[in-house]
Amino acid sequence: MKPIIKVENLGKQYRIGTRSQSYATLRETIVEMARAPFTKLRGTNGGRADETIWALREVDMEVAAGEVVGIIGRNGAGKSTLLKILSRITDPTTGRVDLYGRVGSLLEVGTGFHPELTGRENVYLNGAILGMHRSEIERRFDEIVAFSELEKFLDTPVKRYSSGMYMRLAFAVAAHLEPEILVVDEVLAVGDSQFQKKCLGKMDEVAKGGRTVIFVSHNMAAVQALCNRVVWLDGGKVVAEGESGRVVSNYLKTSFSALTERIWDDRQTAPGNDKVRLHRARVRPQHGHPSDNIDVHTPIVVEFDFWNLVNDAYLNLNFALYNEEGRNVFQTAPANETEWHGRAYPVGLFRSSCFIPGNLLNDGGHRLELLVVKDQTVVVYSDTELLAFEVRDDVDVRGGWHGKWPGAVRPNLEWKTELLARG
Amino acid sequence: MDWTTAERAGTLQPSLPRMTTDNKQISRSQATAVICLPDKPVVSITPSASWIALDLKSVWAYRELLYFLTWRDVKIRYKQTVLGAAWAILQPVMMTIIFTLFFGTLAGVKSDGIPYPIFAFAGLLPWTFFSNSVSNSGNSLVSSASLITKIYFPRMIIPGAGVCAGLVDLMIAFGVMIPLMIYYRVPLTLHLFMLPVVIIMAALLALGVGMWMSALNVKYRDVRFAMPFMIQIWMFASPVIYPLTNVPQRYQWILALNPMTGIIQGFRSSLLGQPFHWPALAFSAVITVATLIYAAYFFRHMEKSFADIV
Repeated sequence: MKPIIKVENLGKQYRIGTRSQSYATLRETIVEMARAPFTKLRGTNGGRADETIWALREVDMEVAAGEVVGIIGRNGAGKSTLLKILSRITDPTTGRVDLYGRVGSLLEVGTGFHPELTGRENVYLNGAILGMHRSEIERRFDEIVAFSELEKFLDTPVKRYSSGMYMRLAFAVAAHLEPEILVVDEVLAVGDSQFQKKCLGKMDEVAKGGRTVIFVSHNMAAVQALCNRVVWLDGGKVVAEGESGRVVSNYLKTSFSALTERIWDDRQTAPGNDKVRLHRARVRPQHGHPSDNIDVHTPIVVEFDFWNLVNDAYLNLNFALYNEEGRNVFQTAPANETEWHGRAYPVGLFRSSCFIPGNLLNDGGHRLELLVVKDQTVVVYSDTELLAFEVRDDVDVRGGWHGKWPGAVRPNLEWKTELLARG
Repeated sequence: MDWTTAERAGTLQPSLPRMTTDNKQISRSQATAVICLPDKPVVSITPSASWIALDLKSVWAYRELLYFLTWRDVKIRYKQTVLGAAWAILQPVMMTIIFTLFFGTLAGVKSDGIPYPIFAFAGLLPWTFFSNSVSNSGNSLVSSASLITKIYFPRMIIPGAGVCAGLVDLMIAFGVMIPLMIYYRVPLTLHLFMLPVVIIMAALLALGVGMWMSALNVKYRDVRFAMPFMIQIWMFASPVIYPLTNVPQRYQWILALNPMTGIIQGFRSSLLGQPFHWPALAFSAVITVATLIYAAYFFRHMEKSFADIV
């Protein structure tokens, strides 16, 4: 079948510094030309070639009509550059793209919104900027307003809106675009969770309407839920592409590195501050070492050794666990600890251990965020990625099936089936 | 029993993800049924040549955006001002009063037998329009950086809207011209029919200069500082507050090289019924068209790099 988007050998070269020091002054250009008139004439080759980087290089891809393709990769992998070329904001340096349909792009929600204008006026303005005709906006106006749930505030300048209201109105306009190809950047990263759900629902609807969607996101759950196919970019090149579940899990595997034990011996330089300093942090199987494998059944111990540097401190260690989708699995504090909880800590070296039972965590990477709280309220120290470990899947139990088991946790719950009546 | 992968997945997975998979398959088959792709690409994106076609077709396709951007400019310009759109009138009126005091009364500049206030106002009207349009559109691209880096549309729309918003102000300020003409008993003549032509010429020249400045401004922010200065000098080099006849004969040709000379004279002649200076007007028209064409190509040439350097 003929693709609706055909990308061939696409490359984009940036001169280093174009982004940070974005414009030259006339004086600099004159001085530069006076100094070296010939380099200017020879083009960008003379001596300056090494000052460029390829944000995108030799990218080939095809997208069939009606497909929903996710683009994933680390920051700086070239995702945004690819979207900018597809939406014709910037020109490629090499290669070509053929588009067999009208493109609507949504690189930012609320582009062109003016704070002084009312909600109603901004719907028209934003619609026109996104390429909608006035008749089209008028026809869909009620739908847009209903989606945004802002009927009452339509005649209020948007500068009086809360940021949530602003996003809702902006997304409502964008969601009613009707191009054959929709290019969407990380627009779902904003807004509250209920609104995000609504956006995702709308995106799904758009995709089911038969339109082609190119979707960039760091939210792997969203990518997997929405996309049939995923293209993984790294360093401006396509590393892998294919069925979304497989590519996403490969991506997560390489982007994840385990960090199961950390030790700091010097009390002066260890992480922390003049109130508390960490000596050691580790995560291990209850009957094993930090280097041992942890699978979904393994009971785990998390240990923190720390120096308390101030007498009579009421300390409280808190940690939160996040899975590789960035979802908070749980947060815990030693409230039921019997020995030291609620007591004043003398100066000294302490160890706090937390026991996580087996059959609780789901498989995948986990990241541990530590918070040390003093007097129940003051955060004296925090580290968002103190430890990281991977919980492996137990293949035996699951037969030949290799799909990812959904859910943030994977408890081994008790089930019972009874025959209530025969026949 | 040897279960296949799919069966296993079906029994083990909760219903939600399975549903989505099914829906995707449905949508895919729907899509193939509904979408009929054109033979030729609707758009081809390639590295652009250094000089490219003007592509006025796509500008025309986005004419509604021009309307909305103009409307926005007009709407927000006088927001949170007490006097509102009265500023569009006050600007040329105040200047007329000042120039009448200094040039008309104190310096006694001769104004071709026309009362100085109406002479000056008939010159300041097109000049204010021109200078505001040039400075608005000259700064327009830089101040629309957030648009340029996030969405595609023909970039010419942006400086274009700057000029169109200026036209709206000109219409408002025109409201003062009418009572002034009644007060000084200036009769209407057939020359009035030339007025739209002259206004269009002024608008096109403003668009040309504005486009050129805006494109330069993206790369060289010096333009922002140089422009007010340049506009100021340009005003004194145009017969806005003095008639061309006040200039010594042998210097008149220098002023005639300025395309605004013909336009301002033409504007005044259409309103006040004076004879037209056809050669000057024709020369202005030629320069206007040439400026516009050069500026449009220059703009297109620079356009591809706007998003990267703005």
